[in-house]
Amino acid sequence: MNDIIELNAVSRRDFLKASGALVVAFGVPSVLFPESGNAAESKEPEKVPLDQLDSWLNIGADGSVRAAVGKVETGMGITTAFMQIVAEELDVPFARVKIVMGDTATTPNQGGTGSSNGIMTGGKALREAAAEARQFLFGLASTRLGVPMEQLVVKDGVISVQGATDQHVSYGELIKGQHFNLKLSGQAKTKDPKNYKIVGASVPREDIPLKVTGEYTYIVDVRVPRMLHGRVIRPPVMGAKLVSLQEPTKFPGLVKVVQKSNFVGVVAEQEWQAVRAAQELKSTWSQSAATLPNSYDELYTAMRDMPIKTSKVGENVGDFDGAFAGAARKFDATYEYPFQSHACMGPACAIADVSNSGASVWFAGQKSYRLRLAIADLLEIPVEKVRVYWYPGPGSYGTNDADDAAADAALLSRAVGRPVRVQWMRADGTGWDPKGPPHTIRMRGGLDANKNVVAWNFESRCFSGTLRAAGALKAGDTLAGQLMGIAPPGGDEFGLGAESYVFPHKRKTSHILPWAQSLGTGLRTAHLRDPNGPQTCFASESFVDELAAAAGADPVAFRLRHLRDARDIAVIKAAAQQAGWVTRASPIKNAGGPTAKGRGIAYAPRNGTYVATVAEVEVNRDSGEVRVTRFVVAHDCGFVINPDGVKGTIEANLIQSMSRALYEEVQFDRTAVRSVDWNTYPIVDMTQVPNEIDIVLLNNTPDMPSKGAGEPSTRPTTAAIANAIFDATGARLRRVPFTPERVRAVLKRQA
Amino acid sequence: MANRFVINVNGKRRRVDATPDTPLLYALRNELKLQGPRFGCGLAQCGACTVHLGGQAVHSCTTPIGAVGDKAVTTLEGLGQVNGTERKLHAVQQAFIDEQATQCGYCVNGWIMTAAALLTKNPRVSDAEIRQGLSGLKCRCGAHMRMLRAVKRAAKTLSA
Repeated sequence: MNDIIELNAVSRRDFLKASGALVVAFGVPSVLFPESGNAAESKEPEKVPLDQLDSWLNIGADGSVRAAVGKVETGMGITTAFMQIVAEELDVPFARVKIVMGDTATTPNQGGTGSSNGIMTGGKALREAAAEARQFLFGLASTRLGVPMEQLVVKDGVISVQGATDQHVSYGELIKGQHFNLKLSGQAKTKDPKNYKIVGASVPREDIPLKVTGEYTYIVDVRVPRMLHGRVIRPPVMGAKLVSLQEPTKFPGLVKVVQKSNFVGVVAEQEWQAVRAAQELKSTWSQSAATLPNSYDELYTAMRDMPIKTSKVGENVGDFDGAFAGAARKFDATYEYPFQSHACMGPACAIADVSNSGASVWFAGQKSYRLRLAIADLLEIPVEKVRVYWYPGPGSYGTNDADDAAADAALLSRAVGRPVRVQWMRADGTGWDPKGPPHTIRMRGGLDANKNVVAWNFESRCFSGTLRAAGALKAGDTLAGQLMGIAPPGGDEFGLGAESYVFPHKRKTSHILPWAQSLGTGLRTAHLRDPNGPQTCFASESFVDELAAAAGADPVAFRLRHLRDARDIAVIKAAAQQAGWVTRASPIKNAGGPTAKGRGIAYAPRNGTYVATVAEVEVNRDSGEVRVTRFVVAHDCGFVINPDGVKGTIEANLIQSMSRALYEEVQFDRTAVRSVDWNTYPIVDMTQVPNEIDIVLLNNTPDMPSKGAGEPSTRPTTAAIANAIFDATGARLRRVPFTPERVRAVLKRQA
Repeated sequence: MANRFVINVNGKRRRVDATPDTPLLYALRNELKLQGPRFGCGLAQCGACTVHLGGQAVHSCTTPIGAVGDKAVTTLEGLGQVNGTERKLHAVQQAFIDEQATQCGYCVNGWIMTAAALLTKNPRVSDAEIRQGLSGLKCRCGAHMRMLRAVKRAAKTLSA
């Protein structure tokens, strides 16, 4: 095998050269703009104009199709779904479509991947681009074949005259490898979904055969000519300053020790040499400059007492305070959710090649265009001189360590004047990746004499989930930047939760707390799959369950009584039905014995997707161990491009969110994060997964707009499990994760 | 200082220049360009680097190249039967495709290599034995349900 792998994907020019392509463009739909209007981002020059068909779609003389999209593959199979969409709309064979992603020089800027909106925005753009191309090609064919467009039909990329199949011309013959040179009109008619053949079908994923044979190329497999290997050395305790650095003498292969303020790295000829050099490097650091809470008890207490940085009121209906004061029965409960790590299967890896002519960066994050800005800022060079390439990473669930490794690679490459590949070690990945933020959420509610909810108050206190920006935009967003003393810009993101309960007096408030310790530590708070969702849903869906129990009502019936939205109601009913839910109040009257069994439900809407999850659990009363034996999920994300693909994604989100609910909590002491590997940050293993996951897709019909899948099914899991534990044992778990020790403690208190 | 090692990888004798403490994983990936085994932790805690060494599933991230000797090394690329350009997938690989059993797939090498070794010893394994046999592996995306189904499917194929 060659030492040099082909560097990212087919550019438009290469593609057209190789296959003789044509290109297309439209009136820019709003979805094509980045997710959040950021001033820095809007200043960026457009190299891939969003209103030109050629930016999205090219067709080669051989009929092959290249579709470029501003989203990336994070492992959920969206590449296959995009291929289906393009193949369907153009009427070309599925296998003829190639999807390219994440290259700032050749793919459109759609703000990158986030919020499970790939199909909603990326898929929509590709569908519209393909429709535009198809319309244009029909126009060419009409002229060529001398019949009106209405008399033309297309199959497998060949346009023919209806009823006269000997009169035909292929897309490739029409385009002859040319660009479309067409501005998107926004007027091209997309196919009537009733006629879909491949969209809506469970087409096997294109990537899986490559993944099971080792042929799939991940970021870690990318090699560029003259590449060296780097490793980074982080401060041993938070806020520590580098005091001295003693280079190993005559270390084999060592090219350079690189230091910029408190950023330290080594570069070596070979990878193992870099690992060893980083281990051997003698560095001394100052004492920790700040202190962390010593335990979660201390953290949550501190969070309850901290001065508020900023607050936001979400819903505010009626007069909560008055109604609560007058309620016949009052309830007050606080729910706590810890820091959690992305803990991706492989710690971050990136390559950078920085020279006088500019910087090329290969990474596996979700937002290439944003990283481009951050790298330009870090290196203090014009953004036009930075090109970011994307390759698939070892899982990606939001804002993981990928951007940080890219910044490391850029600094190391600049220092040695050659391309440098950096891969973090496990302790860097688990210990220093951006973390999902902790929340403490106080719920208060009141029932009237008829056991109706008359007052409901949600009040969250959390660290912002965008203290570390969702996609590094500035040098200060990266760990390297922070270690060099550049302040992170930070952002305020509130955790208001989502549910649609109708109560006469209801208020939702989120307070953001200051988190100075985020700076340059392993506790930078950021987006982790469904930002704030599991936290806020854990509180509200547990609390509604507590009120149902107090009212002596069945948890499903109680929820339905307070919901009006038809899709909310439908998912809850469908999940209950599929689960064989028996109407009764919780907790179950158990016969005793060491193993208690119970069921719990929770539901959540999320950006137009609706999910209800039933968890069935077994709780070992002696050990405190909780095992989920079955999940039933009713999932309504509208029309699904690839049902088996979506089911795989839902199953995975359930397992990952179950892992977060039962096992995951980043450990730290006064001076440092102590979760640094899989032993100190345990996640689910094969002995702990359920026996069965049952998924029902609702509203999966072509007339329903496609919404996101992935994160929505992460949201209700924690609460569904907590509610099932309560049903089984009468013990209410209000702190995540539900470890055996905590379950035993709550059972003991209850007894 | 670097030594010259000759190791038997996927049926071929390969030369590797490395210090004896270099983990087999780095030699396979960087010197021999075999990208099936992957770095996950370097601590033998996740299994992403698993290869077969003398038929046993081992962590190549903590196996020094100096300890390999003449035992046969098999990587994901060498699993199944390879004759020239023809390749017949191992039953476990085929089952992973049939069950569509990956998400990001970064860990899948470990699951396939470990399951293949497990089923070679005994294809008539129970659900509990499969779960136990794979309990040392991590999958962060949470593709466990499909992977479990895939291993059961492969077990059925291999015991038929």
